Amino acid sequence: MLDRYGLIGLFAIVAIIFPLIPLLLARFLRPRKPNRSKMETYECGLEFEDFPVEAQQVWVQFRIQYYIFALMFVVFDIEVVFLYPWAVAYNSLGLYALVEMIIFLVILVMALAYAWRKGQLEWV
Amino acid sequence: MDILNNLFPNIYNALNDFFHGLLRGANLRPDAESFIVSLIMGLIVVVFLVAISPFLMLSLTWVERKVVARIQNRLGPNRVGPWGIFQIFADMIKMLTKEDIVPANADRWVHFLAPVVTMIPITLILAVIPWGRGMAPADLNIGVLYVIALSSLGTVGIFMAGWGSNNKFALIGGMRAVAQIISYEVPQVLAIVAIVLLAGSLSLVDIVKLQGGWAGFRWFLFAIPVGPIAFVVYMISAIAEVNRTPFDLPEGESEIVAGHHTEYSGMKWGLFYMAEYLNLFVVCAIAATLFLGGWQGPLLPPWIWFFVKTLLLILIAMWVRGTFPRIRMDQLMKFAWQVLVPVALVNIVLTGLALPIFKAIGLI
Amino acid sequence: MSIDLVLTYVAFFVLAAITIIGGLLVAFVRNIMHAALALMMAFMGVAGIYLLLEAEFIAAVQVLIYVGAIAVLILFAIMLTRGLMTRTLPPENNQWLAAGGLALLLFVALVYIAVTTHWPVGTQALAGTDLIPKIGTELVTTYVLPFEVASILLLTALIGAIVIARE
Repeated sequence: MLDRYGLIGLFAIVAIIFPLIPLLLARFLRPRKPNRSKMETYECGLEFEDFPVEAQQVWVQFRIQYYIFALMFVVFDIEVVFLYPWAVAYNSLGLYALVEMIIFLVILVMALAYAWRKGQLEWV
Repeated sequence: MDILNNLFPNIYNALNDFFHGLLRGANLRPDAESFIVSLIMGLIVVVFLVAISPFLMLSLTWVERKVVARIQNRLGPNRVGPWGIFQIFADMIKMLTKEDIVPANADRWVHFLAPVVTMIPITLILAVIPWGRGMAPADLNIGVLYVIALSSLGTVGIFMAGWGSNNKFALIGGMRAVAQIISYEVPQVLAIVAIVLLAGSLSLVDIVKLQGGWAGFRWFLFAIPVGPIAFVVYMISAIAEVNRTPFDLPEGESEIVAGHHTEYSGMKWGLFYMAEYLNLFVVCAIAATLFLGGWQGPLLPPWIWFFVKTLLLILIAMWVRGTFPRIRMDQLMKFAWQVLVPVALVNIVLTGLALPIFKAIGLI
Repeated sequence: MSIDLVLTYVAFFVLAAITIIGGLLVAFVRNIMHAALALMMAFMGVAGIYLLLEAEFIAAVQVLIYVGAIAVLILFAIMLTRGLMTRTLPPENNQWLAAGGLALLLFVALVYIAVTTHWPVGTQALAGTDLIPKIGTELVTTYVLPFEVASILLLTALIGAIVIARE
């Protein structure tokens, strides 16, 4: 246990340090000449500061659609958590395990079908 | 041939013995000695794997540019070195020496951390891939689940980049990318359930072992009809998950500039680029492991087989990129939820039914 | 003390520190998006602690569900709330006293339970036994009813969200 996850822990430490190395290296190699228009938020065609104040507000409200998809994702992710141990054990279980899983899946497919029927799977 | 077959395990054992011999003179407690040796060996393995990843990524960019250029009837990079092979070093130098521009309005910390956070989970997945016979750095009981859990963290870095830049294009690109990745993750993990059913194990090492023999016909890809269905669903969702054409809407330059990395330059941008190609490598390596028998194969050394299969899948992904146009956002979401998810669910039930038959003919 | 045990202690304190610092940041940071990101950090720390307890399946589930899915849900929920992004709200309002008192009460109760419960401590490690097939078997035999009810719960949650979203 410890030897395997010890290696994962070691990997995690190295994985955190590793992306910092090129960033640090680049710090000594790159030029640094900031000026006002360079530091500006990128915009197409116009200067960002010429925008009216309300249009400079970037963090806008997003549509509920994103949330519905995230929720569907959570539902199916939890389903997957049930599916994996079931799939590992299935070999030693009988057909009843399949029937029980089909019932479980059908209930969740009803959720998918409901969202489909109500047009929530359409990206408008 | 035999030397090549066991090249890396032999090097590992030789180094292990060497360090043991080195420490024997120091007269340490036996557990201290074995701890220090395993720490050193662990570090060697980890640093080796992490250090080859930039080279993997850089050579993949070169391969991609050459392949796509040929598909589009161009020459691709051909100025720097023979066949433009030194282009990869030129790119590296360029990325290192570009100025790092952080917009004045950006959230500095989130902007800085985003590329780092994007790299970490992908690097960590390298720890469980069986690179060859006896060459899985860590053989975990939950191998498949470990891969899925870590690849689901890919959304975090992308969202941080989109939000931290404080730029409309970046935010919209980031939100789109997250919505796309979570939508395609569902069919991807459901497709893998079919393989777990066939293998009866979550360990990637076991899954590869089960696919040995029969001259490759025990690969799960050939578990007709469920294997090919799972493979196609997996590959489509994998390509979508790494945001490649035809699913590259999050960085569709014709509408939202460069998506979540609009405000990134220099090495920070380079890290996103590296993460993208490393991610492509990882999803193809996992596909080779789950469906194409991993390192199993005749004649050639196992680790070469593993790279050949992975590279083949990467070439298919590049071929797809060179062939298909970008699809629309509504088509994208519709395809994930109304086509791939139902197909993957039916495939799970089919696999459950077909498993006794596969067992009877000795496939499993 | 053996080296393994020392390492386990070190890992535990590092992970506990990550979890607690993440939790404190969630409570006291002024920017709500930073709070959401700090929450992910706390979740990751908890996943690490599960690993130390040799509950690898639970650890993977923690990362997959909490960091990969719930946290994304929280981020999207913040993004669709009007005006939440533009202001940096003070993290406390006039109910802070009641909330703090309740949190303290919960903390005391948890500590009391943790101290007074008799924990059955095994003498041998669970290492070597693969528990995932066992989880799968229990799921469709002993715990089949909760298992099916869970799917109905998920169904209800999704339908509820869609109904609310359509209004």
